[in-house]
Amino acid sequence: MIAQQLLNGIVVGGVYALFALGFNLVFGIQRILNLAHGAVFMAGAFTAWYTVVNGGPLWLGFLLAMALSGCLSVLIELVCFRRLRRTGDEEFGAIISSIGASLVIMTIAQRISGTRIVRFPFDTFPIQIYQVAGLRISLLQLFMAAAAFALVVVMAWFVYRTPWGRRIRAVTENARAAMLTGVNPNAVYRQTYFMAGALAGAAGVLVGLAFNSIHYMMGEPYLLFGFVIIILGGLGSIPGALLAALLFGMMQTLTIAFLPTGLTNAVIFLGLFLILLLRPHGLLGREEAGQLRGRR
Amino acid sequence: MLEVQDLAVSYRGIRALRGVSLNVAAGETVALIGPNGAGKSSLLNAISGLVAKAGGRVAFDGADITRASPWSVAARGLLQVPEGRQVFPGMSVQENLLLGTTALGARPATWGLDEVFAIFPILRERRAQLAGSLSGGQQQMLAIGRALMGGPRLLLLDEPSLGLAPLIVRQVFRALAGLKATGLTILLVEQNARQALAVSDRALVLEQGRIVRQGASADLAHDPAIIASYLGQDEAHAGGG
Repeated sequence: MIAQQLLNGIVVGGVYALFALGFNLVFGIQRILNLAHGAVFMAGAFTAWYTVVNGGPLWLGFLLAMALSGCLSVLIELVCFRRLRRTGDEEFGAIISSIGASLVIMTIAQRISGTRIVRFPFDTFPIQIYQVAGLRISLLQLFMAAAAFALVVVMAWFVYRTPWGRRIRAVTENARAAMLTGVNPNAVYRQTYFMAGALAGAAGVLVGLAFNSIHYMMGEPYLLFGFVIIILGGLGSIPGALLAALLFGMMQTLTIAFLPTGLTNAVIFLGLFLILLLRPHGLLGREEAGQLRGRR
Repeated sequence: MLEVQDLAVSYRGIRALRGVSLNVAAGETVALIGPNGAGKSSLLNAISGLVAKAGGRVAFDGADITRASPWSVAARGLLQVPEGRQVFPGMSVQENLLLGTTALGARPATWGLDEVFAIFPILRERRAQLAGSLSGGQQQMLAIGRALMGGPRLLLLDEPSLGLAPLIVRQVFRALAGLKATGLTILLVEQNARQALAVSDRALVLEQGRIVRQGASADLAHDPAIIASYLGQDEAHAGGG
């Protein structure tokens, strides 16, 4: 039973990782908390649903969701953050302007969906359950885990192994010095926001499939989870966010399975509190990462 | 090669540069000396496009770069080694160097990894190590190497001796003399006037945002006023940076 819940937790944690990694990348590079990230996630779920109900295949919906969420994320950077950054006072201003963007996107989704909860058609994803060593795993869960794993690997490869990723890390560490080596930070910001948005869009589709419930508010709890995960993992740390997402997913499924419903969040946040008491900068965080504009 | 005319820079109404004009010809090494707060770094940062100019004009190879972005200035081969090295501490030595090639764009490389390692052999030994774990002197070598990877046509150096032990300062300046010998054009900002005058062809003295003296480095090194202001306390400079 515990093993079964741990397995479920890993699947859920993988989806959280997709969501939190983009949130964390953006925070790392610009010290901005993009509170519209949940709305981008929701837009991805709606895009895939819209594609499927109009007769498109799911894989196309998945790709369109990633593309549209990526573009939406780039647009948010352009409209909400770029001008603010020139004022040099963006950390708090960006919180307000991204809440604004989030409200706009959610209102549009509310209008389009008529405030309804929409569902993927019954046969969108084949229902198949496998029994392996006493554990039950559905084809959808396998797909979720595989998709999350593949996307995380591709993202990590891009960030750590390509010249583009090298530029992203350089701007994250020191934007001024990066400019002196010829890096155009605006191009780097576009790539980063696209990647963050595309990952959130993918997470939105996976969550939409798993819980088969797509509505305009669905991103909001994930925003809170995203917060918890990047603080737990260490602000700006990619491996930290991965570890924290899996841990958070497992904590959540275990508490839901074994504790009264009302206690779930209390226990999770108590756990978070205890971890932060022992490691104030997160599991893999560095001391200076939480300081606002400490490095500029 | 570099023409700066009547350049002015202000920070919130305070004048840091008040009409500075200077030229650097191809193949020349020019030193800019002056006390703390004279505006030396402001001058380099204005040329690199990092700080906005309140007036004046900057041209590189005949092209006007007064309003150019820092990255497009770098892409022209006008590369700055910033004050305090500013290497990327979380990236390996090799990655820092490879990042330097961003400035190349479509231009051919002039220094590759092997050439940089030949100038600074310690970087080859430490190539897989994180830049943040290097000593100050090694970071300075890395910062210079990173700029070389970008195919510099003119190298701007901001206080390369800052905070380094005298032995390391001599090592860095020996490397600069080697770069000069290859024909590289260099504009060097330095508080360590003795080393700066020794390596350069020509020098300018910047005080309170204005150029107050200029001439051949060999002449300035024997000028009593310069000796009194800049060379007398050389030991103090070398120790404290």
